[in-house]
Amino acid sequence: MATAAKVGTNMTGVQMSPKDTKSLLEAVEQIRPDVPGNEKGAMLERVKRTEEAERIGSVPVPGSAKGMLKTTFDKALGKSPEILIDKLGERLAFERSGVRLYDAMIAKAKALEDANSDLIQVLKHIRDEEFEHMNLVREAIETLGADPTAMTPCADVAGVKSMGVMEVLTDPRTNVAQGMGALLTIELEDNAAWELLIELAEAGGHPNIAKSFHKAKEQEDDHLVKIKTLVRRDLIVQIK
Amino acid sequence: METISGILDNKGTPLEKQKFTWKEMAGQPISKLDDDAFTRVRIILMNGVETDALRLSHGIARFNKELRLPLAQIRRTEQHQATMINWLIGADHSPLETTVAYEQVAIEVTAAVAQNEPDPYQAQTYRFGLLEDFDHLYRYSAMLDRLEGKDANNILQGYTDIVPGRKTSEHHRHPENDIRDNYEKDSAALITKIHAALITGAEYQTHDYYMNIGPLFADPLARQLYAEIASVEEQHVTQYGSLSDPSESHIEKWLVHEAMEVYMYASCAEQETNPRIKAIWERFLDYELGHLNVACEWFKKLEGRDPAEILAGPLPKMVEFKSQREFVRQVLAAEVNLRTAGPVYVDKAKEPKSSLDYRNHLASEGLASDIVSAGYQWAPGGELMRKHS
Repeated sequence: MATAAKVGTNMTGVQMSPKDTKSLLEAVEQIRPDVPGNEKGAMLERVKRTEEAERIGSVPVPGSAKGMLKTTFDKALGKSPEILIDKLGERLAFERSGVRLYDAMIAKAKALEDANSDLIQVLKHIRDEEFEHMNLVREAIETLGADPTAMTPCADVAGVKSMGVMEVLTDPRTNVAQGMGALLTIELEDNAAWELLIELAEAGGHPNIAKSFHKAKEQEDDHLVKIKTLVRRDLIVQIK
Repeated sequence: METISGILDNKGTPLEKQKFTWKEMAGQPISKLDDDAFTRVRIILMNGVETDALRLSHGIARFNKELRLPLAQIRRTEQHQATMINWLIGADHSPLETTVAYEQVAIEVTAAVAQNEPDPYQAQTYRFGLLEDFDHLYRYSAMLDRLEGKDANNILQGYTDIVPGRKTSEHHRHPENDIRDNYEKDSAALITKIHAALITGAEYQTHDYYMNIGPLFADPLARQLYAEIASVEEQHVTQYGSLSDPSESHIEKWLVHEAMEVYMYASCAEQETNPRIKAIWERFLDYELGHLNVACEWFKKLEGRDPAEILAGPLPKMVEFKSQREFVRQVLAAEVNLRTAGPVYVDKAKEPKSSLDYRNHLASEGLASDIVSAGYQWAPGGELMRKHS
């Protein structure tokens, strides 16, 4: 992998401008805060605003369940099916974004790695499995009669969470180690999320869905090991 | 550059040779970490200048059929200049970090202008606005630290103080107290006209930026803080916009704006430390000379006047891009309690009831600028890094 960090003229720290920092600290000492209190006021206000807030959105009613009585709905889809549908929607969104994130990382690796590097092959392999997982979740949503094209609340929030990862991976200035670090964040979450999803499917009365997810979980275990190993191997080689 | 008339001898780059590619416009950004803060200051400022050039030009085109085509031709270049400049800001700046940089621009550039301005009333107005942007920097720095856990000084690089100024909660005034007296076009120095065009454009950009990014925040306090400060920036646009003479013709304002752009690119090119960015300032200085010459031709044709009437006379030294810490502190110590009654600067005790009533209602359900900055004292690395003895 390309060198992770280089020494240069980083201007951000106080050591780069000792005279200015001294002046700034003098000003801070002389001109005191003009509003009494501390950061706790902001916390209290956030508590209040959270209590007042509406929710981010709703889980769509499955098309096949429209018009059903609540009891019939529960029987067909398990208890509180909206929780499972929301989490399945999240997983679908996450895996779909995951394919795009791996595409971004592959472009970076192609630019910065040796042509015979095994990294690109590993990334392509994981990318293809993320795509398989996306389709697996889509099928599970369809078996519940729900709409895999709807953006559920958890899917929306998953998109917000991965915005930073996408920015890191698509910035042409970030290096391979930084990109792999971003993917590690994704894989750590992905691994735990599949584990939870299997439990939720079982608890919600959908053993077939749970069963169909076991292979994906095993593949996610493998992704996590691979990404962790690549990140570690690269940095340890450079630091020695 | 001693006088603008000397510059008039230079025709610059002809409009038909002012060409861009999409790739160069969306080019490599500067480094947030390694470039000097004043490189970013110049980038933000000049984007503000270019977007204001577009704004003014569209305004003129609404009232003048004959000028529509030449203005559209120049605007096309200005649009692409603005793009090439604004795209120099890298995506690793969070919107709040960029906000801190915007306030650094407002402080350091307005302070430089205030010291260069020969008209005492106009200079007073710059000092008045300066103390408000100075306070915005403090509130946003507290927000950055307490929301994102980041140190505003990573952006400011030690050049600008992070302490309270005139409290943001006291900036909100009734509109009747935001109008200022204007310069007289026939007696004002060219630099006075240039300053008014420059600072109005810069504040306009800041206002528009806050209006666009405020809703991108999830945190209700950040959203409200942007609402509170964007409203002050609108007041600042009102204030600075009223400094220029409303009896100037449209084309005269165009001429002044083009002269301002020439002056500003010359200032940037003179002081830029990043060679790649310096080349952009030099290239655009030549482009602006081309624009100024077109404006001069239309001025002669449509008004039958000599552009030297507007552009002759000496210009002071270039706008200085450097820390104005000492000047800002002096202004803060002497003028923090100034308020406005109509166009007049008065002591805090004499602030009109109209502003007090206006402000009290707005703040009656709480003020984010107070909440986010309660007890905030900058420390190297942010308040969590303060060493406990």
